[in-house]
Amino acid sequence: MIAHLPILQVALPLLAAPLCVLLRSARAAWWIYLLASVAAFGSALLLASSVATHGPLHYAVGNWAPPFGIAYVIDAANAFVLVLVSGIAVATAIYAPRSIAAEIDPQRVYLYYACLCLCLTGLLGIVATGDAFNVFVFLEISSLSSYALIALGKRRQALLAAFRYLVMGTLGGTFVLIGIGLAYAVTGTLNMADLAQRLPALYGNRTLTAAVGFVSVGLAIKAAVFPLHAWLPSAYAEAPSAAGVFLSATGTKVAIYAFLRFAFGIFGAGLVFGHLPMSALILIVGTAAMLAGAAIACYQDDLKRILAWSSVGQIGYIVVGLGLASQQGLSAAFLHISAHALIKGGLFATAGIVALRLGTTRIDALAGLARSAPAVFVALLLGGLGLIGVPLTAGFVSKWALVMALIEADQWAVIAAVLLSSLLALVYVGRIIEVAWFREPPLLADTAQPSTPAPMALAMWGLVGVSLVAGVYAAPLSRAATAAAAALLGTAP
Amino acid sequence: MIASHYNYWIAVVLLMIGLYVVMSHSNTIKKLIGLNVFQVAVFMLYISLGKIEGGTAPIVDAAFTVYSHPLPHVLILTAIVVGVATTALGLALVVRIHEAYGTTDEDEALIADRREAERT
Amino acid sequence: MNGFVWIDIVLFTILAATAVGLARTRQLFAAAMLSGLFSLTSACIFVLQDAVDVAFTEAAVGAGMTTVLFLGTLALTRSREKVTPPRRSIPAALIAIFTGGVLIYASTDMPPFAAADTPVQQHPLTQRFLDDSMTEIGVPNVVTSVLASYRGYDTLGETVVVFTAAIAVLMLLGRGRPATSAEPKPREALPQPIQHDQRVLRVVSKLMLPFILLFALYVQFHGDYGPGGGFQAGVIFASGLILYALVFGLDAARAAVSPAALRRMVPLGVLIYAGVGFATLLLGGAFLDYNVLDAHDPAHGQHLGILLVELGVGITVTAAMLMLFYSFAARGVGR
Repeated sequence: MIAHLPILQVALPLLAAPLCVLLRSARAAWWIYLLASVAAFGSALLLASSVATHGPLHYAVGNWAPPFGIAYVIDAANAFVLVLVSGIAVATAIYAPRSIAAEIDPQRVYLYYACLCLCLTGLLGIVATGDAFNVFVFLEISSLSSYALIALGKRRQALLAAFRYLVMGTLGGTFVLIGIGLAYAVTGTLNMADLAQRLPALYGNRTLTAAVGFVSVGLAIKAAVFPLHAWLPSAYAEAPSAAGVFLSATGTKVAIYAFLRFAFGIFGAGLVFGHLPMSALILIVGTAAMLAGAAIACYQDDLKRILAWSSVGQIGYIVVGLGLASQQGLSAAFLHISAHALIKGGLFATAGIVALRLGTTRIDALAGLARSAPAVFVALLLGGLGLIGVPLTAGFVSKWALVMALIEADQWAVIAAVLLSSLLALVYVGRIIEVAWFREPPLLADTAQPSTPAPMALAMWGLVGVSLVAGVYAAPLSRAATAAAAALLGTAP
Repeated sequence: MIASHYNYWIAVVLLMIGLYVVMSHSNTIKKLIGLNVFQVAVFMLYISLGKIEGGTAPIVDAAFTVYSHPLPHVLILTAIVVGVATTALGLALVVRIHEAYGTTDEDEALIADRREAERT
Repeated sequence: MNGFVWIDIVLFTILAATAVGLARTRQLFAAAMLSGLFSLTSACIFVLQDAVDVAFTEAAVGAGMTTVLFLGTLALTRSREKVTPPRRSIPAALIAIFTGGVLIYASTDMPPFAAADTPVQQHPLTQRFLDDSMTEIGVPNVVTSVLASYRGYDTLGETVVVFTAAIAVLMLLGRGRPATSAEPKPREALPQPIQHDQRVLRVVSKLMLPFILLFALYVQFHGDYGPGGGFQAGVIFASGLILYALVFGLDAARAAVSPAALRRMVPLGVLIYAGVGFATLLLGGAFLDYNVLDAHDPAHGQHLGILLVELGVGITVTAAMLMLFYSFAARGVGR
């Protein structure tokens, strides 16, 4: 059975989507989505433990040996991301029903769950595959379903945000397609391992150089790396809360993983970081991202928008880590991928509860939240501390690892930027806390405030709690991140 | 160089026109039309990789021995379908944007949103 | 220089002129038609480069279905765009030129067009697909073998993409809103029944319809031996019904194929495809390993598998395309 797990964890959510549509019932669709995500999470955990003890798993779909067919390859790096994505999907499943009931037309709810299944399928497919073109196919599944998930936001701005995301996302996807095509033109193959084997002989080939460029730019759009981030803030801020939780925690992370796989698993670190000046470029872009994202977040007057802009900044940390292309830098990147997914997922879950209770996420409306909803406030505070990187939070663990990696690489300017952007995070988190704690609520309010539904609170505390546990007891996560980095660098035992 | 590469270059020129239309126009329908041109240009780039001199379509028959490579064809079949799926979703969004804003122009809709935000 | 080069030059000139024309015109109706022409001309190029299946699909999907969707949208919105201000056009031109420049740079190291010794032609994949597929799968159309078997998993993904688009559009445009009594009488965007004096049109289209549907079935089941397969067949089948809707009105088409039936067919096709995958798993093979479908004759198993998955593709694509058309066409309601 374990031999078929690589395909099952993608195929089960895939099978779930048409079932949701056939049954046409919101309740049944929710159960299907829940079961599919739990199955995917379970498989991912089993895969991760199997990979940790027995090494990488290979699966030939259709029993066609690579490079003739499509192969799935699971190693420590993608097992890490698979566990993360499917785990967030489970949290979203717990969170979703009450949030969706409040935000989405009841007749469309079953379709909405089908879209969530599809988005999960797409993201898991991108991560699990060992075939370059297969990445594109699953990238499009996840993208199309994300556009739809975002477009159903309550306000009309969601439609515009989804459209802008669709145009940018399609350009990004097509850039990736061009890049894959150029690499195919000079090698004749699409299998990642086969490409990796044939490409070193071609270093310096202009077609190959351009392929690296197109894939990088395309995935940078999908990952919302500054300055290609323009689609992200309104897309995530306008999305229905449940979609916001899922996408903010997984979408950009998977695109970054895909870049890592292309850079280290296909083109090779020797080409991307040795032959081409990508390292310097990535460090500049990442530094700009963490400063610009955090700075703009300070000027927003809506909780979800602050969180979305903060994501633009936090992606910068991940990008800087991978730009170092060292064991330490990559493990820091993996740590921050998971830390940020948990923290930002938890914070978007909190913001969704705020939206449900107050009917808005405008910052002035938060006044008095500390008294009217202490639990929500505490979650907001703990998540915010994680974004700043205060000790005992997961955000600290990953930032510490990043700073250590930067010190080792003598990147003092970048370290200064990390500190500066942490100060900026203190400003935007501080604004939220200041309003929620100190400011008096308007007199008429909080009589009719609905209480937090238990499942939503459970999901919120689940995400925030895991991020805190990971902050206090960091060893297992660090070990997994180190193994993931080693797998990418090819130094795994 | 010219005789052996002009196929690629024509596709590149078409790709540039498509990309220009997507980036420059603020009308949402026109953007999607541009996106189509852009994608078709990429398809041409791919298909030209499979062609072989004197070859025929990859349908095995005793009368032929040289066939063009089928793999780019398969990939582009997939990409065409992805393209129409994206266009359909984009157009559905355009219809809804028009209903919500009374315009299909991205800039006009953004201005309307900004005015609304200033009023509240 | 042979004759093909001249045809190439003519086609490329048409393509470039169409592209420039659609970029410049401010009439969106004209731009949509030109985009259809662009797709059709590129389909001709694909034929010249031996990609008959791709040409078939591009003509049916790009020139046919996409244009129908554009026209459906234009009927619901407006058909003239504003002048593009220089503050938008200059950065856009720079980005386009830069991207094009990188691609030209890349092309200088690309293998010569149509050469026999390119990496693509030299890779072991070529021999496996062109020579061994006849014994391994036994389907003369190698594109079908690769599409449905060697890379059948990609094609499953592709079917899922169509499915995703269909349910996304249903979510956005479907009739989810509770009907209010003050609602005006439904006004349908495209297909009003054509007036009775257009008798020629009605008779001719009624005569053509069986042949279109028959041709779709031929394309569906003959994809093993000639160009065609589930995608092309699905689009042709749907376009036959769209023709019916255009001439006889949306209500007549809905009576023939109801939206509720479509809503079941779209997921059904995906279920058939994925179901084949799970069936092969249960029979002890890998996911989508058709060999195990027939314990005694693997090639027959391959035939069976390809037939089934193409059927799944055909069902989903037919239903999805028709559902897209219905969704756009019916969107006059309640406005």
